[in-house]
Amino acid sequence: MLGAGGKEAFVTEKTVSGSERASIGVAITGSGGAGAMTAGNMLLEAAAKAGWYGLMVRSSGPQIRGGEAAALLRIATYPIDGLADHFDVLIAIDWENVHRFADEILLDASSLMVGDANQGEPPDVYVKSGARKVNLPMKQMAKAIRGSWPNMIALGLAAGLIGLPAEAVKKVVSGSLKKAGDALPASLAAVDAGIEAAAKTGYDARLAPPAAGAAPRWLISGNQAAGYGAVRGGVRFVAAYPITPATELLEWMAPALAEVGGALVQAEDELASINMIIGASYGGVPALTATSGPGLSLMTEALGLACAAEVPIVVVDVMRGGPSTGIPAKSEQSDVSIAVNGMHGDAPRIVVAPNSVADCLTATQWAVHLAESLQAPAIVLSDQFFGQTRAVINRPADVSFAGQRLVAPAQTEGYQRYAITESGVSPMAIPGTPGVVYTADGLEHNERGIPSSGARDHGAQLAKREKKLSLHDFGAQWADIEGEGDIAVVTFGSCTGPAREALARAASEGIRARLVSLRLLAPLQTGRLAGALAGVKRVLVVEQNQGGQLLKYLRSEFDLPGKVASLRHPGPLPIRADEIHQQLLQWSRA
Amino acid sequence: MTTAPAPAAATLTAQDFKSDYKPIWCPGCGDFSVLSSFTRAFAMLALRPENVAVISGIGCSSRIPAYTNCYGFHGVHGRSLAAATGLKVARPDLTVIVASGDGDGYSIGGNHFLHACRRNVDLTYTVMDNHVYGMTKGQPSPTTEPDWDSKLSPGGTGLRTFHPLVIALAAGANFVARAFAGDPNGTAEIIAEAMRTPGFSFIEILSPCVTFRPEQREWKKMVRPAPVKETDDAARAARRLMTDDGFNIGILYRGHRKPYQAPAGKAVKRLADLEKGFVV
Repeated sequence: MLGAGGKEAFVTEKTVSGSERASIGVAITGSGGAGAMTAGNMLLEAAAKAGWYGLMVRSSGPQIRGGEAAALLRIATYPIDGLADHFDVLIAIDWENVHRFADEILLDASSLMVGDANQGEPPDVYVKSGARKVNLPMKQMAKAIRGSWPNMIALGLAAGLIGLPAEAVKKVVSGSLKKAGDALPASLAAVDAGIEAAAKTGYDARLAPPAAGAAPRWLISGNQAAGYGAVRGGVRFVAAYPITPATELLEWMAPALAEVGGALVQAEDELASINMIIGASYGGVPALTATSGPGLSLMTEALGLACAAEVPIVVVDVMRGGPSTGIPAKSEQSDVSIAVNGMHGDAPRIVVAPNSVADCLTATQWAVHLAESLQAPAIVLSDQFFGQTRAVINRPADVSFAGQRLVAPAQTEGYQRYAITESGVSPMAIPGTPGVVYTADGLEHNERGIPSSGARDHGAQLAKREKKLSLHDFGAQWADIEGEGDIAVVTFGSCTGPAREALARAASEGIRARLVSLRLLAPLQTGRLAGALAGVKRVLVVEQNQGGQLLKYLRSEFDLPGKVASLRHPGPLPIRADEIHQQLLQWSRA
Repeated sequence: MTTAPAPAAATLTAQDFKSDYKPIWCPGCGDFSVLSSFTRAFAMLALRPENVAVISGIGCSSRIPAYTNCYGFHGVHGRSLAAATGLKVARPDLTVIVASGDGDGYSIGGNHFLHACRRNVDLTYTVMDNHVYGMTKGQPSPTTEPDWDSKLSPGGTGLRTFHPLVIALAAGANFVARAFAGDPNGTAEIIAEAMRTPGFSFIEILSPCVTFRPEQREWKKMVRPAPVKETDDAARAARRLMTDDGFNIGILYRGHRKPYQAPAGKAVKRLADLEKGFVV
């Protein structure tokens, strides 16, 4: 698959010295109830406690409980934003239905797969990959230790194979099973048995030691990060309807909001959620809802109300496979079009896309700040990958973005809610303030807020709402721009990590390229984008959807320079660094 | 959350709660009287305009907010209760009243009606019912008689009419009343009583549409004060409502449910305390 140059670079990047690796990919699979996710979570926590970075993606079938499950992990000595192209280690607690993950868990000849031969055989695709196969009767071993489970054997095995210290693993196991009575010593014995078995496999790849004196680190999901970013930005009211994969964001916010004097209401549907947050924000309280594609579709009418009535709100869309019910628990970047275009009428909105788990915090906080400052709706385009991935990250730097709404002072003579101002933003009266009462309206209105169907008022108010966004200085946060060269990779969201990794590989081969990861999708910063792309001869637009929604949007607003190519495929498979790297290699040879 | 400044002492009249904006309603529309009942109720309760929020959706009746001198919100069709719920939960210090119609409230907004009754947020919900979509020029609504002929549903819908008061009772509304637009004083008193009663209060206001349902002019001859006193027994109230002819006016049910309250947490000293759960 990889060209000679590519392979060398790939190895250079991963190998620190001899068998030591800066990054190792581990997958633990099993049928539902086998405990693959528990083992994966404990492995990640142990790695975090011992000083490494890493992340874990959950992949499972459509069953609520049961069905097949895979914990997809990558542990590294440095902060990472995505999974590796290939997995170094696959541990199958049983082989039942593992073939369903064959597209997601890629193995190659350097991989090791450990499975329980008593629990089936590896699927053909893995046999053909050339990965080395080791049999370990995990179920039998667990049975021999009264009160233990095969997933604890798998946990010990994984830790042993990649060189995680036993103490770190045992500390995590003890912490989560401290109330489990006899199960704790049994589990610890099973972990030991797994570690012992690992030593016998002769597998020699090891994680390089973690960097000493690491910065303060968090173990957090993108959904939690977005929730915390919202609270830091000033959100004190949330209304929402449960939906995969956004629910955890709301479950984190419910107690957190109560602790800071805010409130979360579980609404009867998404139509109610968005109208509730509009009501709360009209009352002066910064407000947010979180949803996924189906919910965003239902919310579009009220998003238009927030545009027209100029009520700041934030909608976090944790994207999943679409259209319709689609693939609820798996990632796809296919809500770009609805986010940037999905409303009737001319309805300027803000669309912000975080580009890492950590950025889910900062970008959401920024979105609250923008919505409040510009009195407009802001959509945060996160995705299932970020939302449900647990990652070890450096504590994000504090940013000062906080809701700053321009409010009308009491008893303002001749107050006009929708006055035409230089910036387009006009002071908003907050209920309770005397002498500035007004009616917020989704009907077109004049400056006072009185409904008007006249051409002059319509034109003036449309221009006002457009100007608010087009005149605003969004600052350096509009994109992350890295590298130099006459090739540019333009992308956003969860494709950013793989793109960054591909560019690092290319750079080590002397291919000079730049990365433009757009954080602000709307309003598109065409002037800044022109600057970022000045002098490029080729542009590669990378996105995870079928139709090239980002590319079409960019082209609709901006003349991309040079020769433009699209690298895309739909979810749930992530865009891998290798795919991007291959394109860069091909161009470098052309 | 914002705190309202202390109100000035002067007593306000109903007229002080009216704006200078001229209603778009047809001459003779029942909604003129309902507007006047709103402002009378606000004056009766000695409210301040800046502390009252009038929330609505879309339809003839939903035009009321801008005709008052209070804070108003004219949102999208069917979602007034959702907007009002968000506002009241976020700003419990405000007095929130909702204006809706039989299309806005019972058809497109039907689901929110059920859940607003269940949730029991301290709101007053008024529905001006004229058994027709007036703003779109005469289509049948959920309360329209099944044989009422129209261009959109020739020969009638054939559908059973919606019984809002019984549904409100079944869904848990804490206060249920029927009023008649032709009696602005009586309606003002019922609205004031609803606003005084904690929790979700629902008032079905018979408000004739003289343009598309001119026969509703006869309602003034058909309405009568309910022959019974209000009850706190929902089953008894439901039986009465199921058996009356729809023209008994007055407060029919008042319960004792505690209004919705957002759960309070243990207050954290600093926002950064919320981070503790993330630290490795």
